[in-house]
Amino acid sequence: MNADIVWILMSSALVLIMTPGLAFFYGGLVKRKNIINTMMACVFIMGMASILWVLVGYSLSFSGDIGGVIGNLKWFGLNGVGAAIGPWLPTVPNLAFAIFQMMFAIITPALITGAVVERMRFSSLAIFVTVWSVVVYYPLAHMVWGGGFLAQIGAVDFAGGTVVHISSGVSALVVALVIGKRKHHGKISYHPHNIPFVFLGAALLWFGWFGFNAGSAGAANALAVHAFMTTNTACAAALLSWMLIEKIHSGKPTLVGASTGMVIGLVAITPGAGFVPIWASIIIGALVSPICYFFITVIKPKLGYDDSLDAFGCHGIGGIWGSIATGIFALTSINSVAKWNGLAFGETALFVRQLAAVGVTIVVSVAGTFIALAVAKLFTRKLRVPISSEDIGLDIAEHGESAYPSYLGFD
Amino acid sequence: MNGDIAWLLISAALVLFMTPGLAFFYGGLVKRKNVISTMMASVFIMGMASILWVLFGYSLSFSGDVGGIIGNFQWLGLNNFGAEPGPWLPNVPNLVFAIFQMMFAIITPAVICGAVVERMRFTALAVFVTVWSIVVYYPLAHMVWGGGLISQLGAVDFAGGYVVEINSGVSALVAAIVVGTRKHHGKITYHPHNIPYVFLGAAILWFGWFGFNAGSAGGANLLAAHAFMTTNTSCAAALLTWMFIEKAHNNRPTLVGASTGIVIGLVAITPGAGFVPIWASIIIGACASGICYLFITMVKPKLRHDDSLDVFICHGLSGIWGCIATGIFALTSINGVAKWNGLAFGETSLFIRQIAAVGITIVISVAGTLVALGAAKLVTGKLRVPVSTEDIGLDIAEHGENAYPSYLGLD
Amino acid sequence: MKKVEIIIRPEKLESLKEALNLIHIKGITISPVMGCGNQLGWKESVRGSDTVLTVLPKIMMIMIIEDDKLEETIKLIVKEAQTGEVGDGKIFISEITECIRIRTGERGEGAI
Repeated sequence: MNADIVWILMSSALVLIMTPGLAFFYGGLVKRKNIINTMMACVFIMGMASILWVLVGYSLSFSGDIGGVIGNLKWFGLNGVGAAIGPWLPTVPNLAFAIFQMMFAIITPALITGAVVERMRFSSLAIFVTVWSVVVYYPLAHMVWGGGFLAQIGAVDFAGGTVVHISSGVSALVVALVIGKRKHHGKISYHPHNIPFVFLGAALLWFGWFGFNAGSAGAANALAVHAFMTTNTACAAALLSWMLIEKIHSGKPTLVGASTGMVIGLVAITPGAGFVPIWASIIIGALVSPICYFFITVIKPKLGYDDSLDAFGCHGIGGIWGSIATGIFALTSINSVAKWNGLAFGETALFVRQLAAVGVTIVVSVAGTFIALAVAKLFTRKLRVPISSEDIGLDIAEHGESAYPSYLGFD
Repeated sequence: MNGDIAWLLISAALVLFMTPGLAFFYGGLVKRKNVISTMMASVFIMGMASILWVLFGYSLSFSGDVGGIIGNFQWLGLNNFGAEPGPWLPNVPNLVFAIFQMMFAIITPAVICGAVVERMRFTALAVFVTVWSIVVYYPLAHMVWGGGLISQLGAVDFAGGYVVEINSGVSALVAAIVVGTRKHHGKITYHPHNIPYVFLGAAILWFGWFGFNAGSAGGANLLAAHAFMTTNTSCAAALLTWMFIEKAHNNRPTLVGASTGIVIGLVAITPGAGFVPIWASIIIGACASGICYLFITMVKPKLRHDDSLDVFICHGLSGIWGCIATGIFALTSINGVAKWNGLAFGETSLFIRQIAAVGITIVISVAGTLVALGAAKLVTGKLRVPVSTEDIGLDIAEHGENAYPSYLGLD
Repeated sequence: MKKVEIIIRPEKLESLKEALNLIHIKGITISPVMGCGNQLGWKESVRGSDTVLTVLPKIMMIMIIEDDKLEETIKLIVKEAQTGEVGDGKIFISEITECIRIRTGERGEGAI
C-alpha cells in the first residue's frame, strides 16, 4: 500500500511537470514576441485548474453520478476526501487519487491554448479555460473514469485518449475556427523562434508521460510496468517514423519534426497503454506519424483554418487514432477492464464502442467549447487582441514583458 | 515488491531524462550553427535504441549465454514476460529490469556523439550508433551484467563504469580519430554558444543520475540509499575540486568548468556507488576532477585528435579512474557482490580484476567501434560532411533548421 | 581615407578576417545582420510544411582604410568571400572626411 502511494505521488509530480514542459514546447514554436503570452496561458491554468479541482472539480468528476453525465457536490472542497483507502483505487487513499487526477485536469485545458496563441486576449482565454474545465472536462472525466455512461457502455480509455487528447484537440479546432486566423496567416511563414525550447518541452513531456500512463495503472504493479514499456516504445516508433518521412519527403530530418513525432507517439499510446501488447505499441506509434503528417501537410492547408501549433493535428488526430487502435489491439488478458479483445483478435464489440466513445467525446467537446467561448465573450466582449497588439506582439501588449530583452547584446 | 517496482520505474524515468539532459549539455557547448544537429543525435538514439532494445537488444544482453560474450534470441520482442519476479532482480518482474536497462542502452551511444559533433554526417552517425549498439553495447552489457566473461572474472561494476562510461569514452576517442579534426581545429577556439544550456544539461544529468546509480541497487533498499549518497557526494566533491583548480590556476572559476566537474564526478562514482564507503566517494570525486583537468590542460593539446566535447576525458578517463578506484575502496561489507575488499584494505584480488576488466572493455570498444564505423562508411559512402557544409553549419545544411532564427530581433 | 562596408555570407567571416589581418587591416566592426536581395531565400520545413525564408542572415563588416590600400583590399575580399552563387554579398566604398582616435585626440590616417 505504501509503495502504491509512493508511485501515485511520484506519478502525479511527473504529470505536473508536463504542463511547464508543454509551455516550453509551445513557447519555442511561436514567434519571439509571443512566447511570454504562450507560457502564461499554461501558468495561469496551473493555478486555476488546481484550485477549481480542490473546490468542485474532483467532486463533480468522481463523486456520485447524475444521469451518467456528471457527479455531485458531496466532495466539495475535498471534504471527506482523506486517508481512507478507496473508493477509486483499491490500495491508495482517495486523496492520492484526487491529486493524481488533478494533474490531468491541469494539462488538458493547457493543450487547447496551442490553437489560439499569438492572437487571443489573455483575459478571454482565462475565462474560456475556466468555464471549459467545468462544462467539458469534468463531465467527460466523469463519463469515462467516474462511472458515467461511457464507462457503462464498455468503452475503455487507459490514461486519457478521449478525456484529455480528443477533448482538447477537438476543442482546439473549434476555438481556432471561432477566433479566426492570425493577421498574416497563409502569407508569411510562422517560424519556431527557439527550437531547443521545443525539444526541451518534448523531452519533459516524454519524461512526465511515464507518470501519465504508467501511473494510470493506479498502483506499482505489473500493469504499470506494461504501460511504461508501451509508452516508451510507441514514442520511439513515432519519432523514428516522423524522421523517416521527413528524410524521404525533404531529405532533411528536423528537430521540430522529431519532437512532434515524440508527442504524437505519446498521445497515440495513451488510451491503449495498459490494454495493448508491446508489439502493437510499435505499430500504433509508427502509424500515428504518417497519419498526422498527412493531416498537417495535406488536409489542414486545404481547410484553411489557423490552428497555430497543430493542437488538433497532434492531439485530436493522434488521440482519435489511439482510441480506435485500442479497439483494434486490446487484449483482455493484459487488462480485464476491457471486456472484449480488439478487432485484430476477431472481436468487434470493443471496436464499435471505442468509435462510439470517440463520437460522444467530439460532440461534448464541440458543444461545451461553444458555451465556454460564449461565456468568455460575454465577460470580455472581444476574444481577440486588436490588430495593433498582434503586430507589437502579445508579450508587450498583454503582459508588458519582453522574453529576451538583451538578445542583441545590450545588458 | 511493489515498492521495488515503483522505485525502478521512477529510476528508469530519471535515466531516460538524462539523454535530453545530455543533448542540452552538448548542445550548449557547440557553435550556434550546430546545436540542432548535436541535439538531433540524442533524439535519434532515443528512438532507435528503444526499438532495438524491445526487438532484440534485451535478449542479446540478458537472455542465456553464448561463449560468455553475448546472449541468445530467446526473449525476442520481449515475448511472454510474466508478472512473476526474476530472473535478474529478485523482487521485480523481468519487464521492469528490461525497462530500466533500456535507458542505459539509450544514453550510452548518445554520449559518444559529443566527440564527432560539428562535422559528422547525420546519416553516417545514425548507421554508426545503430551498428555500435549491436556490436559493442549488447556484448559488453552481457559480459558485465548478463553473466558473461567479465562478471565471471569477478570484476564489479555497480551502475555502468565499464558498460556505459569507459565504453562510450573509448569509442568516442576512436570515432574522433577516424572522422578527423574539424576544419579550424587548433586555429580558432571552439566556444560554447549557450552556457546556461550547458548548466541545464548538467543539472538534468545530476538529477537523472540518482536513478542511474541508486536505481542500480535493483530495489528500494539500504543499498539504494547508500548509492544515492555516494553519488551526490562524489559529484559535489568533483565540482568543488574543479572550481578550486580553476581558481588556483587562473583565478576564475567558470560555469562550464563547474558543469564539467559535475559530470566527471558522477561518472567516476558510477562503478563504485554501491561498493565504496561514503568517505571514499569524496576522494573519488575530488581525484577525478584533478586527473581530468590535468589531462585536458597538459596532455590533450599535444595530441592531434579532435574530441570536440572531451568525451574521452570526461567519460573514458573518469570512468577508468572510477573502476580502478572501486578496486581500491570497495568493501564486501557494503555489498556482497564484491568478493574481495579493495586495495586500501589490503587485498589485491579485486584491484587486479578491475584493471583487467578495464583492459577488456577498451579492446572491445576499440574493435567494435572500428567495425561500426566501417559499416557506416560502407552504407553512406562518407562519414564527414563536405567542408562547405561545415562552414554553413550542420543545422541548416543537414536539417534545414536554424535553432534561434530570431536572435537578431526579427520576429 | 575610405570606408569599406561589406555584406558577406556568415560562413565566410573567419577566413576573411584572417586574410584581412594579413594585409594589416586590424580594425573591423562586425555585425550580424539580416537582409534580402537577389538570393530570395531558402526553404525550411516546419512539421512537413515548406516555408520560404525571405530574410536571410548575413555578416556586415565596416572598416576604414588608407586610400592606397583600397584596390588590394577589394581584390582580397572578392577572392575570399566569393562562391560564385547568388548571395555572395556586396562591397560599398565611400569617402571619409575625418578620423579621430578618442584616446589621444589624434587625427587623420594615423588614427585609423
